[in-house]
Amino acid sequence: MTLLALSGVRKHFGSNQVLRGVDLAVAAHQVVGLIGASGSGKSTLLRCINLLETVDDGSIEFDGHDISDPRVDADAVRRDIGMVFQAYNLFPHLPVLANVTLAPRRLRGLDRHEAEADAQQLLHRFGLSDKAATHPDQLSGGQQQRVALVRALAMRPRLLLLDEITSALDPELVGEVLDAITELKADGMTLVMATHEMSFARSVADRLAFLHDGQVLEEGPPAQLLDNPHHERTASFLRRVRAG
Amino acid sequence: MTAARAAVEPPWTPSPQQARREAWRRARARRRSAVSLASTVVVLGLLGWLVVASPGWQRVRDTFFDPSEARTVAPEIIRAFVTNIEMFCVAEVCILALALAVAVVRVLPVPGLAPLKVLAIAYTDIARGTPTLLVVLLVGFGLPALRLSGLPTSLFWLGVVALTFSYGGYVAEVLRAGIASVHPSQWASGRSLGLSYRQTLRDVVLPQAVRRVMPPLLNDFVSLQKDTALVAVIGVVDALRTAQIDSSRDFDYTPYVVAAAGFVALTLPLARLTDYLALRAVRREQGVSG
Repeated sequence: MTLLALSGVRKHFGSNQVLRGVDLAVAAHQVVGLIGASGSGKSTLLRCINLLETVDDGSIEFDGHDISDPRVDADAVRRDIGMVFQAYNLFPHLPVLANVTLAPRRLRGLDRHEAEADAQQLLHRFGLSDKAATHPDQLSGGQQQRVALVRALAMRPRLLLLDEITSALDPELVGEVLDAITELKADGMTLVMATHEMSFARSVADRLAFLHDGQVLEEGPPAQLLDNPHHERTASFLRRVRAG
Repeated sequence: MTAARAAVEPPWTPSPQQARREAWRRARARRRSAVSLASTVVVLGLLGWLVVASPGWQRVRDTFFDPSEARTVAPEIIRAFVTNIEMFCVAEVCILALALAVAVVRVLPVPGLAPLKVLAIAYTDIARGTPTLLVVLLVGFGLPALRLSGLPTSLFWLGVVALTFSYGGYVAEVLRAGIASVHPSQWASGRSLGLSYRQTLRDVVLPQAVRRVMPPLLNDFVSLQKDTALVAVIGVVDALRTAQIDSSRDFDYTPYVVAAAGFVALTLPLARLTDYLALRAVRREQGVSG
């Protein structure tokens, strides 16, 4: 079943054409990796799916509904689509537990007790039980990013968008976040992730899409796309990534 | 800009679906402006009608809004505003200098400055805690009573001294908050280049701090503009004093209303500038990269 279907999605900022007609389909429980050079439009695409940006053309269908229609309630849509950012974006004025329970208490109608029990369970799962009372600035980058994941998961989203969530992390902290993603995949979570981690993309993604110049130039299973790309541009991108 | 974009952009015309969306958005925008226009007209119209139709309106108008009285006193009061504007301009410069010195003394980690630091803290506490009117009276009547040579004797300068003392405390705190809000990493990067504490403060931290506190700073100056009227109590013939004289001569409160309108008109440009700067700061914070 197709959970998310993009067709002809366009987005520009001023004279900068960031997305020039993106087509992409994501089935339920599928993990799709977006790869491509900086500025190829990966982040913008994720922000469009989360309705943080208004598309200039094309449509975004989520569970059969066109969520790019200006008449839809964006807040309601976002409740079902979680997002984790490169820079964590935790609320610095709240301890970890309150970061996680804020949205469920306001939007899922949970009372404080239920929301905290639920949050504790998720924190425990991601090895953060002892951090519930800690403020974000006291945590390592890897811990902060796992809290951000838990915060998104606490809304029980049906789709999770990950925007280069390991790019701001020290190399030795990348592993703990990637392990968390692997667990989510095992749970059957539908994921769309922009990533620079090619080996991780190979092991966890069901499909990869290569974004170039605001379009999906090529997509396919990781092994095929990474080892036998059809396009010369894909091949040259992969050579540059591997050389670096 | 549109032409330049068209030149680099590959030909693309919005799809029918997008055209429908845009049409819907335009219709929504029209609906919204129609609703806001209609509600504004109805509410303000109703309010205006209520005021004018109320039984006491005729008396209110004769006492506060007498057009012929307003025409008579307006030129005099407007001329007197020159005093307020002059006082504001002079006091503003003095306040900034004093406040900056106090704020810097309070943040500099120089052991020799400890006594100054104590004085600076005591000053801000006293200046902010004392009613401005009281300071004006104390300075305006108290200082000349000392009969010391060298002290200013003109009422104008005594007024400037009083306002500077009172507002310096507020502005110093605003500046200090701004300095404290600059992230420690900015100090670190300045110092890492070999700049001294003082140089880092002057060239790296203060410029960022001042930019950040511009809206509250201007807010204080809007307040200062109208508080120049307080010097009327020591006999400076400013706009308020002039209005007071006119009012007691003609047994009519219209001169006060004229002066009030003048003060509002005087503070409006600065108030709008404050709004604009605050809005720009918000926009800058919310700016997102693609």
